[in-house]
Amino acid sequence: MLIEMIPEVGLFALIIALLMAVIQGTVPLVGAATRHPLWMAYARPMASGQFAFVLLAYACLTASYMLDDFSVATVANNSNSMLPWYYKFSAVWGNHEGSMLLWSLILAGWTFAVGHASRALPHDILARVLGVMGLVSSGFLAFVLLTSNPFARLLPDVPADGSDLNPLLQDVGLIIHPPMLYMGYVGFSVVFAFAIAALLSGRLDAAWTRWVRPWTNIAWAFLTLGIALGSWWAYYELGWGGWWFWDPVENASLLPWLAGTALIHSLAVTEKRGAFKSWTLLLAISTFSLSLLGTFLVRSGVLTSVHAFANDPSRGVFILMLLGLTVGASLLLFALRAPRVGQRVGFTGLSRDTLLLINNLLLVIMTVSVLLGTIYPLLLDALGLGKISVGAPYFNSLFVPLTVLLCLFMGLGPVSQWKRTPARALWRHCWPSAVLAVVIAALVPLIYRGAWSPRVSLGLVAALWILLPMLKGLVVRSRQATSRLAGLRRLSLAYWGMLVAHLGVAVTIIGVSVVANYSIERNVRMAEGDTASLAGYTFTLTELGERRGANFVADTARLEVRHQGQSQGFVMTPEKRLYLATGMPMTDVALRPGPWRDLYVAMGEELKDGSWALRLQYKPLVRWLWLGALLMAVGGLLAVVDRRYRRRSARHGAEEAAA
Amino acid sequence: MRARRRQRLLIILAMLALAAIAAGLMLYALRSNINLFFSPVQVVAGEAPLERQIRAGGLVAEGSVERDPQSLDVRFSVTDRVESIEVRYSGILPDLFREGQGVVVLGELQPGGWVRAEEVLARHDENYMPPEVAEALKEAGYAPEDYRDKAAEAGQRLDSRQRADQE
Repeated sequence: MLIEMIPEVGLFALIIALLMAVIQGTVPLVGAATRHPLWMAYARPMASGQFAFVLLAYACLTASYMLDDFSVATVANNSNSMLPWYYKFSAVWGNHEGSMLLWSLILAGWTFAVGHASRALPHDILARVLGVMGLVSSGFLAFVLLTSNPFARLLPDVPADGSDLNPLLQDVGLIIHPPMLYMGYVGFSVVFAFAIAALLSGRLDAAWTRWVRPWTNIAWAFLTLGIALGSWWAYYELGWGGWWFWDPVENASLLPWLAGTALIHSLAVTEKRGAFKSWTLLLAISTFSLSLLGTFLVRSGVLTSVHAFANDPSRGVFILMLLGLTVGASLLLFALRAPRVGQRVGFTGLSRDTLLLINNLLLVIMTVSVLLGTIYPLLLDALGLGKISVGAPYFNSLFVPLTVLLCLFMGLGPVSQWKRTPARALWRHCWPSAVLAVVIAALVPLIYRGAWSPRVSLGLVAALWILLPMLKGLVVRSRQATSRLAGLRRLSLAYWGMLVAHLGVAVTIIGVSVVANYSIERNVRMAEGDTASLAGYTFTLTELGERRGANFVADTARLEVRHQGQSQGFVMTPEKRLYLATGMPMTDVALRPGPWRDLYVAMGEELKDGSWALRLQYKPLVRWLWLGALLMAVGGLLAVVDRRYRRRSARHGAEEAAA
Repeated sequence: MRARRRQRLLIILAMLALAAIAAGLMLYALRSNINLFFSPVQVVAGEAPLERQIRAGGLVAEGSVERDPQSLDVRFSVTDRVESIEVRYSGILPDLFREGQGVVVLGELQPGGWVRAEEVLARHDENYMPPEVAEALKEAGYAPEDYRDKAAEAGQRLDSRQRADQE
């Protein structure tokens, strides 16, 4: 009896959550405008309540999946009694309705976290921040309830079993990819809310940036991880060894990442120098708007891909309205109020300020170019001007040179000084690194497999140019203290965070340039007993067989792989699965991962004479891509735990007086 | 003060110049990397350019898939039920490639009227009909729903045939 009511409980909880979100989005804002402390005080309890009820709704949905309640439409469409429990758990967000509920849950979670971590925040600011987040939340909860109710029932004809989760989504990478990505997307709503609060109150001081920076970093770190996980998943799950396709859905997550990266750097200038204030606000608004745009692109059905679960036009219109309203209102507010916040701060030609300004410009240009390539086909289609697609060459031809340019300034930024850097000192610091970078980059590819490639060298120069001046700066800084160790210890965590994140960029760039230019792929036709060789490895197909899994049957292959001159080999076993409930075929790749190279074997298709088409790939340094992303995320998080963000409550008053 | 103003003017001019260059490069890159979609009817009518990357799509005609016995070369016809074009490809076809299903191929039209495909795309979803294909079929006078049903039917037929083969 009680169990049968779970979906209804969830639905009611969701409705209550929406009501609370509406109160949270209106009363405190009005209270802040009219300086009414009681009204402002509504913000925090409403945020907590809203979180509790969304969490309850989410738990109810999860319970429906776990208990195989196929009377719930989303469960029947996306789960199956044969599905292992952890996939039932992750199937909750493997469809449109559930993933929007997860979106709302994470938003409510962020709101709750802000409400509790920011007790020292001035009341009116907190009321405004939570109010804005409440408005966003109301929009999304209304969206879930009105257009994509995850608790809709299939009564009275309850299906006997569910039609199963898309096999591509039955994977560990997919258990964590969407929550990570959403943590990032939605996390930018915090800095967005702070930006709106600053515009409303007309106050933007050093304290404000110290409030905002940790939140921005956390969101950015999660987004970085989410994107990297997505790329990793595509690499081993889609069966053709690519790790980035410039697919609109991938671009949708890259856009807020690029804008968020610009925002992090612009916030640094705003905190240290009090400059770029309006620019920072604009970036905060843009970043979250791009997150919303990403949600719109992925969720509205304008794009067709593994992410676009359903094509219900009313949903697209709703999200588009939400997007238009948010962007329009916040930009209008920005236009009206930004002049009040802005303030002129002087800096001269060459300084860290200037370099960060250039960094921001380049990142914005990158964002715009990706945005253009992503929505241009959609615009043309919407206007009835024909169906086109923008190929990967477009993105590569813009993104690669811009990244190189960005690296040029990334090398200089960390070793320059605020306000003014004498060009001569910078030159003296950097020229040995430049020479060293060029020499190493030119030589290393020669040693490696003997094939020199200008692109790899360019990538290496860029990476080393980021690293070497930074390392030298570290040495110089530690030399100034009594002992090396003391000198290193004196550096702030925020500085270490910057260091690690930049190291991550360098590692990713090395990975990208090597894997993009030195990968070897062979498609071969193999029967039992056949041998193929690739990059010094010999692959011998010893056995073809069949196997039955929990919810699939599979053709299997067994390959013995041996490296040149080594007697010990290893075995790789790719599979071709057929999922029973959906009838969908799927390639299960065999991977031999390693820090220096991956071996990748995928089964293509069975050919008439009983042999198989196999895809063999050799992917050098492919792990570095994701290792770099991991380092970036770690760097972002390191900066969050810096002492200066924790001591802020004590110093808050003093800072404000000084400002 | 005047020096400062001049400096600011220079910065603004530099930024404008940079933005203009960036915009120019973007449009140039966009222009040379757009792939237009053509349905078989349009290809046969000669609307598609020769030896330039295009996308073409439709249903894989039943019984048209021919594998070379020695290599990984494959030929098949893509049809919109009015006209059909031959596609030649070398390599591994995607998991969801099947006779009767919708596909999009990326490749160049050759003077002989066939397409040399560099990439064959069949999407991740079984019921998925590439939107371009659906539209092309609609223009040829068929409702996309018919096609989805027909594709499903064909798929089932093939499945049962396969199953019969295996047994």
